[in-house]
Amino acid sequence: MSRPELQAPPEIYYGDAEASKYTNNTRIQQIQADMTYRALELLNLPPGEPAFLLDIGCGSGLSGEILDEEGYVWVGVDVAPSMLEVALEREVEGDLFLQDIGQGFGFRPGSFDGAISISVLQWLLNAETSHPTSSPPHRLARFFTTLHSALRNPSRAVLQFYPTSDDQVQLITSIAQKAGFGGGVVVDYPNSKKARKVFLCLFVGDGRAASAAQQLPAALDGDGGAEGKDAKATFEKRRQRESRREKSGKQKVAKGGKDWILRKKELYRRRGKDDVPRDSKFTGRKRRAFF
Amino acid sequence: MVRLITHNLLACHAKGCTTNNYPLKFSNVKLALREADFNPDFLRGFLPRIEWDALVQASRERCSTTDLLKQLHHVLLETHIDEGSMTCPNCGHVYPISNGIPNMLLAEHEIG
Repeated sequence: MSRPELQAPPEIYYGDAEASKYTNNTRIQQIQADMTYRALELLNLPPGEPAFLLDIGCGSGLSGEILDEEGYVWVGVDVAPSMLEVALEREVEGDLFLQDIGQGFGFRPGSFDGAISISVLQWLLNAETSHPTSSPPHRLARFFTTLHSALRNPSRAVLQFYPTSDDQVQLITSIAQKAGFGGGVVVDYPNSKKARKVFLCLFVGDGRAASAAQQLPAALDGDGGAEGKDAKATFEKRRQRESRREKSGKQKVAKGGKDWILRKKELYRRRGKDDVPRDSKFTGRKRRAFF
Repeated sequence: MVRLITHNLLACHAKGCTTNNYPLKFSNVKLALREADFNPDFLRGFLPRIEWDALVQASRERCSTTDLLKQLHHVLLETHIDEGSMTCPNCGHVYPISNGIPNMLLAEHEIG
């Protein structure tokens, strides 16, 4: 199936059905939670000071719940009313706004200690109408400039998103830089197809005022010793196991041969497929060569 | 669920509306009070960011002179606006609040 952002605008794609499906899916919950924790880690907020955060594209509050748990006070914005309804039902602590981030925020300058956004930015990359304010660069520019002013100096914004191409990453980072942000892209698990996650890590201010200079945090790559065992990308093990098995000489059954046909038929029977032909001495036999 | 803490940060973001666009005026408001955990550290960190005039205007002074932080906590974090609308004092744009969620969407010609 094609990517959701290519199917419909977010406020339509996340209708009532999709909103509850999304929120109740334990796999999505797990992934969202992992990414939220990682985003908080990248945000690098000073410990012991409860911060005031902005959750961009809060949806049904999957990430907001974690912010609650961690003791942050937060404000969430989202463009899909159905998702916000689910968030209301789940009784999240933060304030919710129905807002299109491509239209910009109206928050007073210096309002927030930081901003996170999980799987949202890719939704800004499609033009819904031909109006000039609907073009992705315009929407991105509006988003980043108003976000930049809404954040305190110094502070950070961590935005996780799913780019389809390097051009998209390029576009987003260049517009963010024009809006005054420093920082760049952190790619976790760059070598894993599934666990690979792109975080846009933006800094407001050069950090000279902060105790530690703002420098881009290191990405997780899955084989660093310092990160410990938990840092390994999921699914990496399975891939390794498979490649080991291939190397160990267990030959794959050649496609089209008798063994292959028998195995396939066996498989179909096990799956309960109708009319699988029965095995006989003629199954998969070589035909005589004719002229 | 608009708390006064967020209202205190909210300005109008319509196109060309750059002066006198804060604070948004409440009207037809239905208030709700929900208790929240008292968090003095957060409030202390937030104090410098509060716009006092706007807060006073919004809360119409429910004052006595006991513990300041406790009162701030009550006003900022426990006072929710469930229904009503917010109006920009400059351009007159009305942001309706329904079910505690303000609708901040703009029409095409209002996008800056």
